[in-house]
Amino acid sequence: MGADAAPATPVLEVENLSLSFGGIRALNGVSFAVQPGSITSVIGPNGAGKTSLFNSISGFYKSTGTVRVDGKPIDHLHPPERAKLGLARSFQNIALFRGMTVLDNIKLGRHAHMKTGLLDALFYFGRARREEVELRREVEERIIDFLEIDHIRKAPVASLPYGLQKRVELARALAMRPRLLMLDEPVAGMNREETEDMARFILDVREEWGVPVLMVEHDMGMVMDISDHVVVLNFGQMIAQGTPREVQANPEVAAAYLGTGDVADLRRRVAAETRLPETREVA
Amino acid sequence: MRIATAKETYAADEALFDTAVQRVWFAILLAALALFPFLADQYWLFLAGLAAINVISVTGLNILTGYTGLVSLGQAAFMGVGAYTVAVMEARLGTPVLLNLLGGGLVAAGVGMVFGLPSLRVKGLYLAIATIAASFILHFVFANWTSVTRGVSGINVPPAAFFGMALDTPFKLYWLIMPITVLLLLGAANLFRTRVGRAFIAVRDRDISAEVLGIPLLRTKLTSFALASFYAGVAGGLWAYFFRVVTPESFPLLLSIFLLAAIIVGGMGTILGGILGAVFMTLVPEFLKLLVGFVTPVWPDAAVHLSPVRTVVFGAMIVGFLIFEPQGLAEMWRRTRRFFHLWPFKT
Amino acid sequence: MEMDWLLLAEVSLAGLGTGGLYALTALAFVIIYKATRVVNLAIGEILMLGAYAFFGLAAGWALPWWVAALGALAVAGVFGAVVERTIIRPMLGESPISVFMVTVGLGSMLVGVVELIWTADPHRLPEFMPNTPILIGDAFLAPKIGYGFMVAAAVIAVFVLLFRFWRGGVALRATASDQAAAYSVGINVPGVFSLAWIVACMVAAGAGILVGSIGGISSTMGVFGLSVLVVVIVGGLDSVPGALVAGLLVGLVEALAGAYLGGEFKLLATFSLLVAVLMVHPYGLFGTREIERL
Ligand SMILES: Nc1ncnc2c1ncn2[C@@H]1O[C@H](COP(=O)(O)OP(=O)(O)OP(=O)(O)O)[C@@H](O)[C@H]1O
Ligand SMILES: [Mg+2]
Repeated sequence: MGADAAPATPVLEVENLSLSFGGIRALNGVSFAVQPGSITSVIGPNGAGKTSLFNSISGFYKSTGTVRVDGKPIDHLHPPERAKLGLARSFQNIALFRGMTVLDNIKLGRHAHMKTGLLDALFYFGRARREEVELRREVEERIIDFLEIDHIRKAPVASLPYGLQKRVELARALAMRPRLLMLDEPVAGMNREETEDMARFILDVREEWGVPVLMVEHDMGMVMDISDHVVVLNFGQMIAQGTPREVQANPEVAAAYLGTGDVADLRRRVAAETRLPETREVA
Repeated sequence: MRIATAKETYAADEALFDTAVQRVWFAILLAALALFPFLADQYWLFLAGLAAINVISVTGLNILTGYTGLVSLGQAAFMGVGAYTVAVMEARLGTPVLLNLLGGGLVAAGVGMVFGLPSLRVKGLYLAIATIAASFILHFVFANWTSVTRGVSGINVPPAAFFGMALDTPFKLYWLIMPITVLLLLGAANLFRTRVGRAFIAVRDRDISAEVLGIPLLRTKLTSFALASFYAGVAGGLWAYFFRVVTPESFPLLLSIFLLAAIIVGGMGTILGGILGAVFMTLVPEFLKLLVGFVTPVWPDAAVHLSPVRTVVFGAMIVGFLIFEPQGLAEMWRRTRRFFHLWPFKT
Repeated sequence: MEMDWLLLAEVSLAGLGTGGLYALTALAFVIIYKATRVVNLAIGEILMLGAYAFFGLAAGWALPWWVAALGALAVAGVFGAVVERTIIRPMLGESPISVFMVTVGLGSMLVGVVELIWTADPHRLPEFMPNTPILIGDAFLAPKIGYGFMVAAAVIAVFVLLFRFWRGGVALRATASDQAAAYSVGINVPGVFSLAWIVACMVAAGAGILVGSIGGISSTMGVFGLSVLVVVIVGGLDSVPGALVAGLLVGLVEALAGAYLGGEFKLLATFSLLVAVLMVHPYGLFGTREIERL
């Protein structure tokens, strides 16, 4: 699906995005699109500019070029306004709020869509109460159940193991009413089983919520397995894009990884392709 | 949990006091606060009034520093703004007490927001020290805007009048101060059950991630400044009625430090911590006075040394708590409660 | 109105003279901040401690002034070592708010102790500086301020050289720029912490002797630290040149405001300067901007 489903407006379009830090060209004329209902992955060696790309889309880095959501340019919008549009994301270095419970972290994701003002909050009356109870029910029934984190809802996030923290980040992104789910290395540092769980959640989000996913990931097995479209960055430049199969066949991609000594690893992982689906069905 | 009554269940789970036991304890506490003035003498009523005023101001500062992570050394100055506003309204305009206090809170909130503006660009300790500027700039205004503040001689405040009755004793004032304190505390506790409070904590824990997740930083920080200053302003207004004279020297930088020390001692970022810290820090000097009374027979000079000893103890408490009990009295309270919860079984 | 240039010159000179002492104390502050990232709000009280130690030794024990001065520096050095080891080190890794409040507590304890020993009354330090008036052109400069400035300038010069060339100075700078890296190349980081506190407390104590000999000593002389705080914020918390430039600047602004507007404008002027600088340069004139990453 995705890439060749012609006329639909892409959920996200990135056009000619460039960004530099002093002398470093972190992004150099990057253009691609995320089609509705698709899973698009961004890959590339360390320091290629993947996280910078995410931060530019979020509006945290001021880059040049154009970013469109559902066809509308958002370059003039500040990060919180972009979040409100539904650019929901997780972070490479887990960015949970340590002073809050799991439940509050998830609820925080909804902030931009709520209306409770300062006075409502102080009296916890009328709107504040209504909104909070509604949010609680939705979080419980749609997110906590879905991601199977019932047992930790009241736990302080700092006490959780790494894999669960990543899952809570996903939960918080889901609470943001995502139009596009942006995940920065969702399975980094996870073991095989946790990785498979996460892959299943990502696919389920797409199926059940109809939300397209844009994901940065180093785990080639997973990328090749679940993506509809893959974008390859190297030194800030987009060197290839296409279906997983096309990207694998592209000699430049192999060369980019060769440059970092990763090629054997890439080959191995790519060869191990399509190992996930069975597990997915079992689980 | 996911049965027909889910709605009720979630609402109950979101309640401020979510168990029956907690509600009973809260009722007992309110009853005790209502009985207190009939049992206590003037001295204890005076202390209770002072402690309650400090509780309000400390809770405000706790919202700003403990929950939003913005260190402020200007809280006393914002109390001053509230006190002067109330003093002027009471002495010149003769408007009703509650309106004056609201005015004091609102004017302080406005001034607090102005001094909070740098917080978007200026971070961390730079901000903390910038807030000292608020102290000195406002002190200057208090001392030199003579047409309004009467300069260094200050303003004498007539007693608060409530339905024609002058609130001129600690006993009568108690009935003004204590209900306001309880309401403001409940307000603060409510705040952290909603999006507003969550945004504060998010800004404290990771401001830039919070921004990317949809929280406007400047707006959130200014809200926190405004709220903290509102609490300060109301506390200052009550202070004006309590001491009945407001001068530029009433709200020194040292008071700001005292308030900050109270949240450290009590426990940063918990409502209970603010309460415990403020009460404790208000009572310590009195306790030292008592102690001096005890040792005077053996050490006749003790009274002379009271003031420096108080200074040393004040400093030592800050240092001691930070090193040995960084979560403050609130954490000690939680531990004690856990102990009795499990008692007589060993933890 | 006729401009009185001579008055302006004399006021400016006096301001720069005080500014030299601000710069010296600010240097002590910056040394600690660079090495340990501690914002030391007790710097004014440590300065006071130095002045009182000198007073105790020179007036109380009647030692010659230079012996008393060395003694005071030694007391301050020991104090720095003890404080670093017992109070600052346990706070490593705590939030900056906590660490900064710990120094506030320390300052309060120092004031109390000084009042317990010497009472809160002001005292005069024994005279030890020459009192021949200094004339620069036609402008008169109070001798104590002039000599105080010269001593401060000399000490600062020595320190700038030490920073550059002495091994300890290099270790300190390395620790300041990257603690983990400094550790991995074999620098004794805890040693650097101790050293920074010892040296800084000695510098502050030296400044205290100079300040006390100009204006006398009292248990409230720690407020000198407030102006120093303005200096380090204006200059940038981690910048030695910033401390020097801002020291002179703040001294000058304060003197001009005091002379032309009135004494009550001094603090207003310096703190307004602070707010103005921060609005334009959030990390002070020369401070290192902290890079924020997601
Ligand atoms: N805030 C910043 N300031 C300066 N340079 C930066 C900043 N953020 C990123 N860079 C630089 O930009 C380049 C791209 O970094 P980026 O984090 O986007 O890479 P990445 O593809 O996400 O790498 P990784 O796979 O390791 O996460 C790197 O050279 C990095 O050092
Ligand atoms: Mg990255």
